[in-house]
Amino acid sequence: MSAGMPFYVSPEQLMKDRADFARKGIARGRAVVVLQYDGGVAFVAENPSRALHKVSEIYDRIAFAAVGKYPEFENLRVAGVRYADLRGYSYDRSDVTARGLANAYAQTLGTVFTQESKPYEVELVVAEVGDTADGDQIYRLTYDGSVGDEHGYVAMGGGAEQIDAGLQQDWRPGMHLADALALAVRQLGADPAGGEPRTLTGDQLEVAVLDRNRPRRRFRRVQGELLTRLLSSEDPTADVPVPDEDDSPRASSTNPQTQRDSERDQDRDVDGGADA
Amino acid sequence: MTAGPESGRLPSAYLVPGSSSFTEFLSAHAPALLPSRRPLPPQATLDAPHGTTIVTVTFRGGVVMAGDRRATMGNIIANRDMEKVFATDEYSLVGIAGTAGLAIELVRLFQVELEHYEKIEGTLMSLEGKANRLASMIRGNLGMAMQGLAVVPMFAGYDLIEDRGRIFSYDVTGGCYEEHDHHSVGSGSLFARGAMKKLYRRDQAAGDAVRVAVEALYDAADDDSATGGPDVGRRIWPTVGVVDAEGARFVTDDEVAGVVEAVIADRRDNPGGAR
Repeated sequence: MSAGMPFYVSPEQLMKDRADFARKGIARGRAVVVLQYDGGVAFVAENPSRALHKVSEIYDRIAFAAVGKYPEFENLRVAGVRYADLRGYSYDRSDVTARGLANAYAQTLGTVFTQESKPYEVELVVAEVGDTADGDQIYRLTYDGSVGDEHGYVAMGGGAEQIDAGLQQDWRPGMHLADALALAVRQLGADPAGGEPRTLTGDQLEVAVLDRNRPRRRFRRVQGELLTRLLSSEDPTADVPVPDEDDSPRASSTNPQTQRDSERDQDRDVDGGADA
Repeated sequence: MTAGPESGRLPSAYLVPGSSSFTEFLSAHAPALLPSRRPLPPQATLDAPHGTTIVTVTFRGGVVMAGDRRATMGNIIANRDMEKVFATDEYSLVGIAGTAGLAIELVRLFQVELEHYEKIEGTLMSLEGKANRLASMIRGNLGMAMQGLAVVPMFAGYDLIEDRGRIFSYDVTGGCYEEHDHHSVGSGSLFARGAMKKLYRRDQAAGDAVRVAVEALYDAADDDSATGGPDVGRRIWPTVGVVDAEGARFVTDDEVAGVVEAVIADRRDNPGGAR
């Protein structure tokens, strides 16, 4: 009768064990910093891989950053792209919001945390760039589905507390991109144990921005020479170029209802209204 | 929306790894949103607006696509400033002839399909891949085509591997054919093709290709009542898209106006136009 009876584990203990398990997994990985600058939101990750991204585009104004187990957050990223594309397709592109996506992620992570055999070992940021800095939104989601509405900056992953403290001290609203990147890179390179800080170079970093000055698809990866110039303290480059050389009209191109907006901005409302 | 009535969590279908195709995801998860999944009553025919003529011309290093602005419903002009040429992604354009409502929905779906693939895979789809994806969407529309709601697109893009502009045409069954030099679809296409045959020069510059496209549309409008000519009074000009190594872009209305006015001036007292 009692052969199959499990030992009693209190719900408190069960949740605590799960949380400890997830936290340990997340703390093992390298950190990601998300921070606002004058032109938008920047994402900086220590990630030597060119193929396995920690930062990705979700939709026109929305991007995603994650730390933890790659297959788990990759799964969530793809789900987010599907969510956004389906919503934008069945309603309108302007109806896809970071808040909606953050809610969906929160519910998903929360359900997995309580119901599945193991919680996701991930932490996410969903960020949306607004037309002004006041309109920027940064949501941080933890393994159990808690959502935080962040202002200014977020750090997640290994050593996040120290990085957060460093950001709190040095981050200022309205920083230029070059300064914001320098701050993030300095914090990522600091040794939590208090040892000699590492100097991270462009090829150890994955950097992307949501640039509010770009039309439509505002996500852009910053890499190669541009990243080197931005990170260099001698080079005067302080922001991504606008309009930048490898930019293209893709920006104004992907919806029959909105594709020629840029040309018509002067004399009509940019509401994606019906041309056809 | 689709996030399940009982909770706000992402439905499990979203979390299934696999396809990077938005259309496949829709057909599994929200088939009602696919234009091809809508049953029509048998034997019914209906009058819906039809788009008319699209022309495409290659030039050295790219391709130009242009379309008139008219949609017709029988003898009625349903719309006189409709856009029928669309940029589908950074390096491609699609023009539509046939049932306008379905065609625009199809283009919208195709645009999301390409962007979805790009975001999930982290890379652009090959030009042939895009042409084939469009073919499979047309194939799905065959049932409606048989009831008079055909969609016949034309696809043009810049091939980043071969470094040249390429043109693909389609039939209602989803057959996809690569065309060389120039092509046209829609009700005025016979006349446009004749014009382009005479005007086309291999290795011409982009500006010359724009002129050829505009002039071919002028000839189409001259002989086909369903194709709209340039509307000088309302200042409605053809939509002209260009795609080359720099990407896809639209020629501005002012530039097109200049080309149209030159064509009209050259044809005064000379209705046959250039020789």
